[in-house]
Amino acid sequence: MLKTTANTEKLHNFSKVCEILDKFDRQPSKIIPILQAVQEEYRYLPEEIMTFVATSLGTSPARVFGIATFYSHFSLEPKGKYIIKVCDGTACHVKGSSGLVETIQRELNLSEKNHTTDDLLFTLETVSCLGACGLAPAVVINDKVYGQVSKQRMKELITEYKTMEA
Amino acid sequence: METAILEKIQEDFKNRKSCLSHRIVICAGTGCIANGAMDVHEALAKIIREKQLPLTLSLKEEIPPGEEDPILISKSGCQGFCQVGPLVTIEPENILYTKVKPEHARDIIERTILAGEVITELLYKEPQSGQSCKNHEEISFYKRQNRMVLKSCGDIDPEDINNYIYSGGYMAARDMVLNKSPQEVCDIVKEAGLRGRGGGGFSTGRKWDLALKQKSPDKYIICNGDEGDPGAFMDRSVMEGNPHSILEGMIIAAKACGGTEGQVYVRMEYPLAVRRIQKAIIEARKSHFLGENIFGSDFSFDIHVMEGAGAFVCGEASAMTESIMGRRGMPRVKPPRTAEQGLWGKPTVVNNVETLACVPLIIRMGADAFKKTGTTSSPGTKTFALTGHVANTGLIEVPFGTTLREIIFNIGGGVLNAKGEIDNNDFKAVQIGGPSGGCLIEKHLDIPLDFDSLKSVGAMVGSGGLVVMNKSTCMVQIARFFMKFTQSESCGKCVPCREGTRQILELIDDVAQGRGTQKTLTLLEELCETVQETSLCGLGKSAPSPVLSTLKQFREEWDAHIEMNCPTGNCKDLVSYTIAAESCKGCTACVRVCPAGAISGNRKEAHVIDEQKCIRCGACVETCRFDAISVGGRV
Ligand SMILES: Cc1cc2nc3c(=O)[nH]c(=O)nc-3n(C[C@H](O)[C@H](O)[C@H](O)COP(=O)(O)O)c2cc1C
Ligand code: SF4
Ligand code: FES
Ligand code: FES
Repeated sequence: MLKTTANTEKLHNFSKVCEILDKFDRQPSKIIPILQAVQEEYRYLPEEIMTFVATSLGTSPARVFGIATFYSHFSLEPKGKYIIKVCDGTACHVKGSSGLVETIQRELNLSEKNHTTDDLLFTLETVSCLGACGLAPAVVINDKVYGQVSKQRMKELITEYKTMEA
Repeated sequence: METAILEKIQEDFKNRKSCLSHRIVICAGTGCIANGAMDVHEALAKIIREKQLPLTLSLKEEIPPGEEDPILISKSGCQGFCQVGPLVTIEPENILYTKVKPEHARDIIERTILAGEVITELLYKEPQSGQSCKNHEEISFYKRQNRMVLKSCGDIDPEDINNYIYSGGYMAARDMVLNKSPQEVCDIVKEAGLRGRGGGGFSTGRKWDLALKQKSPDKYIICNGDEGDPGAFMDRSVMEGNPHSILEGMIIAAKACGGTEGQVYVRMEYPLAVRRIQKAIIEARKSHFLGENIFGSDFSFDIHVMEGAGAFVCGEASAMTESIMGRRGMPRVKPPRTAEQGLWGKPTVVNNVETLACVPLIIRMGADAFKKTGTTSSPGTKTFALTGHVANTGLIEVPFGTTLREIIFNIGGGVLNAKGEIDNNDFKAVQIGGPSGGCLIEKHLDIPLDFDSLKSVGAMVGSGGLVVMNKSTCMVQIARFFMKFTQSESCGKCVPCREGTRQILELIDDVAQGRGTQKTLTLLEELCETVQETSLCGLGKSAPSPVLSTLKQFREEWDAHIEMNCPTGNCKDLVSYTIAAESCKGCTACVRVCPAGAISGNRKEAHVIDEQKCIRCGACVETCRFDAISVGGRV
């Protein structure tokens, strides 16, 4: 029973990928935007889908993996529902962004190696500039930008998102 | 049709604008949106509707008869002063309100729009003098700037092509496409002395010339909007605030070198920029400024958007072409230059966003007028992202040749100390040019900034990041910060950069963690020079600059680390925490918060920290309400 649901889901998945591939005319040169669209759909790049994309574009899986690992935006592991990006650009760094990273790690029980919470709710990432340096330190949760974030505010934000989910 | 259409739009727009009684401009750049600008927009519209005042949200809308005096609420791109956003400007009174919240909407409508009163509480106050400023012109942050490229960001509605046309847009492109030969266009830009704003400062006209000379049926124009430098956001602001100026610049570039297709490469962390450029391209196509036979000429040119996927090295021109072709963005050996062989092996001009935005301005004002600002070798203006320990942070634009002193102390309003108060004596250094630049100190404050003067003191304009640092900043940590950035962004193609940056980082860590000796510093210097000389692309070549420049300007501070002392208390392994017995009230708050059980002492008696057990997490300092715990060098 469980297996069938998994299978139908997978089939459904591939039809999504096909849609994406068609949108880009199955052109190998469009592989980066294709992977971006795939990742938007699944929140990461599942291995079997990358292989499928490679075959569909008539290129090698190695090339697809090569690209997926080169660009920092791509993730080969499942990401959380909320991606917390802490800016660690120069401006934010000088204004204390590392303190925010530590706070989040402490609050969510994450570490240098472990970026995603076990319940797949949060993923912590650092990025090198969000382009909102005037508001340093800046944090983005999914698409929402928060400026001048203090450690206290960071804790509140995490609680807010957690309550939203509860 | 195309020839008369620009004038017609301008005329219509002017007529409609003259019917307005008020224009309320809300800054809708990323910074102000983050601070709630859209809620302010909604709240203002709601009150206006509630009072049944005539309202329009776009000048394109027909104005119903009998409602000749509507209020227009429009959005603008970033005005540079995001720190005090959301910004709301009221015209024609020319009032600027800062830090506006939705709950101010009623007051703004009732008191300012209807009663003509200025709401003092919403005006910007100079931090130093406390004086209230009524508008941009009175604020010292703006007063001393010379905004050419950024001028329209913050005035025009970036999502309305007619608004750009009204301000004179696309006239320059039309003139070039219809009336000039490619060589003539190149010559105007060469004559103006425009140098690329993407970092290198290469002559734009000469680059175009080189591409023009190539024989090829297809040529590409790429707008470099990758803006990977941490701490820089000027390209973002132009893409968000005035996207049509970039398209116009690209059309002119295409005319100058026979370009057939354009690409705007934007990093995907900039979703608003992507959306606004895409919208601008669609509108420009509709108006026949892009596509087949533009402006009714026999010249065809179209533009597409490519989103970057997060690799700093893709900002390098040859890596960018690789990335657009769907490969790993790795730089290649030059020559041939990208202008000779780039995208799909065809001649390709890569220009920075700001460079391209300058182009229509040069055509409009003429090369001679353009050369009047700036210095002889670097004409025009440069945008800088002023950040760090300075009272006014934001995006500024000044003529080349302006001094750091002017920028930091006048435009920036002075240096902030660790407590956040203005204290100019607390100035320590300013980092310029991001990961490829260097640190400048007190003695450099009066040199006129331009491409060449900065190079001569071991720094670089780079993309224009200016990070002011006060005396609480540890220079070893700053060097480490930039090195960590370039190390993790190295594409790995060449050994000196891939392995060298890693070793440099480890040597810095040795120093920061108390394992360094004088020999470490000598080795560090030698390695930096080797990486600089032997790396393939600009990333590796400039990666050691921040380290070398801090070694040069702050040698004593590096030496102190060797002697197991971080003077600013930033390097955790080289500091100790102490409790001042006279300030400690014995409240035990720190005892309870210390995860290592390093603090002991009885209630109402001074506590002590056991240095052996202390893990230097700083939890106690944060908790102490009496400022009794201090962090300092070990010595
Ligand atoms: C590692 C590296 C990153 C770069 N990043 C950017 C960038 O983000 N934006 C940019 O315009 N130029 C960047 N450049 C410079 C470009 O290679 C190129 O010189 C520039 O886009 C040319 O435009 P310009 O002549 O208008 O300055 C980078 C160079 C290197 C070596
Ligand atoms: S210098 Fe560094 S980034 Fe540039 S090509 Fe070599 S390894 Fe790649
Ligand atoms: S440095 Fe953090 S937003 Fe730019
Ligand atoms: S976003 Fe409004 S001033 Fe920068």
